Amino acid sequence: MARVLVGVKRVIDYAVKIRVKPDKTGVVTDGIKHSMNPFDEIAVEEAVRLKEKKVASEIIAVSCGPAQSQEVLRTALAMGVDKGIHVEISGPEYETLQPIHVSKILAKIAQNEKADLVIVGKQAIDDDCNQTAQMTAAVLDWPQATFTSKLEKGDKDLTVTREIDGGLETIKCKIPAVISADLRLNEPRYATLPNIMKAKKKPIQKLTPKDLGVDVSPRIKVISVEDPPVRQAGAILPDVDALVGKLKEGGHI
Amino acid sequence: MFSNYTRTLGTQLRRFQSTLVIAEHNNEVLSPITQNAITAAKKLGGEVSVLVAGTKCGPASSALSKAGGVSKVLVAENEAFKGFTAENLTPLILNAQKQFKFTHIIAGASAFGKALLPRVAAKLDVSPVTDIIAIKSPDTFVRTIYAGNAIQTLQVTDPIKILTIRGTNFEADPLDGGSAATENIPADGCANDLTTFVSQELSKSDRPELTSAKVVVSGGRGLKSGDNFKLLYDLADKLNAAVGASRAAVDAGYVPNDMQVGQTGKIVAPDLYIAVGISGAIQHLAGMKDSKTIVAINKDPEAPIFQVADYGLVADLFKVVPELTEKL
Repeated sequence: MARVLVGVKRVIDYAVKIRVKPDKTGVVTDGIKHSMNPFDEIAVEEAVRLKEKKVASEIIAVSCGPAQSQEVLRTALAMGVDKGIHVEISGPEYETLQPIHVSKILAKIAQNEKADLVIVGKQAIDDDCNQTAQMTAAVLDWPQATFTSKLEKGDKDLTVTREIDGGLETIKCKIPAVISADLRLNEPRYATLPNIMKAKKKPIQKLTPKDLGVDVSPRIKVISVEDPPVRQAGAILPDVDALVGKLKEGGHI
Repeated sequence: MFSNYTRTLGTQLRRFQSTLVIAEHNNEVLSPITQNAITAAKKLGGEVSVLVAGTKCGPASSALSKAGGVSKVLVAENEAFKGFTAENLTPLILNAQKQFKFTHIIAGASAFGKALLPRVAAKLDVSPVTDIIAIKSPDTFVRTIYAGNAIQTLQVTDPIKILTIRGTNFEADPLDGGSAATENIPADGCANDLTTFVSQELSKSDRPELTSAKVVVSGGRGLKSGDNFKLLYDLADKLNAAVGASRAAVDAGYVPNDMQVGQTGKIVAPDLYIAVGISGAIQHLAGMKDSKTIVAINKDPEAPIFQVADYGLVADLFKVVPELTEKL
């Protein structure tokens, strides 16, 4: 049976309209609702399903970030993950933490925990990088199954359906492998109250990048974060004829 | 003078820039996003090379060798590249990097580029920058974060810059006026069995490709069923438009996933975007709000889509879409 590592990130909730800080250094995060990155919920759900199918023996969730990252680990534990690992990174180091750092941390933990599968979301909805799975696979020299919408585990390999630009693609990956979850992989469950209570008793191990021998010094300098250009207010038209007129005027037809 | 000195240093640095563009193709034709990537590469200054790898590279490499401003086309034709897997292409790019010492490696931010370049970057121990929308200087790039709701300008401190570019933000290179030399590069060490390509199921369509279409007609939950998408196909045919969809329409099974426009689907920026029965969630707007003209058709006057639409029709789509199709 496989040991599964899932990566979870705490991000501003997907429904929140974000605000850029007036000093252009970033977006306002204080006092803003945060939750688990939606793609990571899908990753956790898939890991839990693998355990329910007796394909996975143990699931470990990892989150890198400030103390509040433990909240998303608790959510993962309530969904059915067995144990959490919190790699604490806060302050200025967290501001410039990038997939290159996270992938090295995940790779190291995957080795320490003898994981057979690493599952992460295809992208975090805050930085929109879409890099961590690919980079973790590279560090480990494992195959990568990115943008996964269907996953079947065989003895020594995985059959994976991937969402690609023109449609779908099926590949086979040797195990161990790194998987990134697309939206269509599954529908994550809600944690029930009894499971939330039980999750409080599950262990969360605390580590630092230093414990893992990973250097998290910045590779980028954020010059500025600004609001996107605002679109000019439009007009509500009375009927189809008015619309056809406007489209003609604009040279669209 | 100091300013003179820095200027000279700047041009010298620029002279030593060299960029490798990873071409995307399907063994038959070059993917249009490669042309956008070439434009981005030229903006970086310095020499531009293009790498074509696949089981059949002839069509793509001959198209690319005609591109003005491209100094060489590197070709690696080998069975190892069946399915264009990142596991087999990464060693090839690392070989090319070792030989030519590029300062930049760049590809389009398509499913192909997104899967491949971060793997290459990790192998080179550099931090990649994905989905950039502008180049300010050879080390300073602009990209969107938070579903397009903030614009981040960042400077990369790593010696090699690995970038994927958003196709809609860079013009397509016309691929003419040049005659680049073609050079074969060996695929030594590229064959491995980490990943094996099995099959593809591509959506067939006679309509223009979604990400490069001049006009896009998209449908959302308001369409109520997959059958009703026919209304949009009819309208699209009149406008020679591609058809897109919101996540709600995809999740409900009305249309396949590859039609999804949004933060996690495709980013489009056509001349005209017509959103039909789409409320306009943040995640959908991320994929279309750079369209030149946006038209929204929705019966809910409070729908957020009207806040970004140039022209709105508050009406029942089942009535007005057929009417619009007829009047065009």
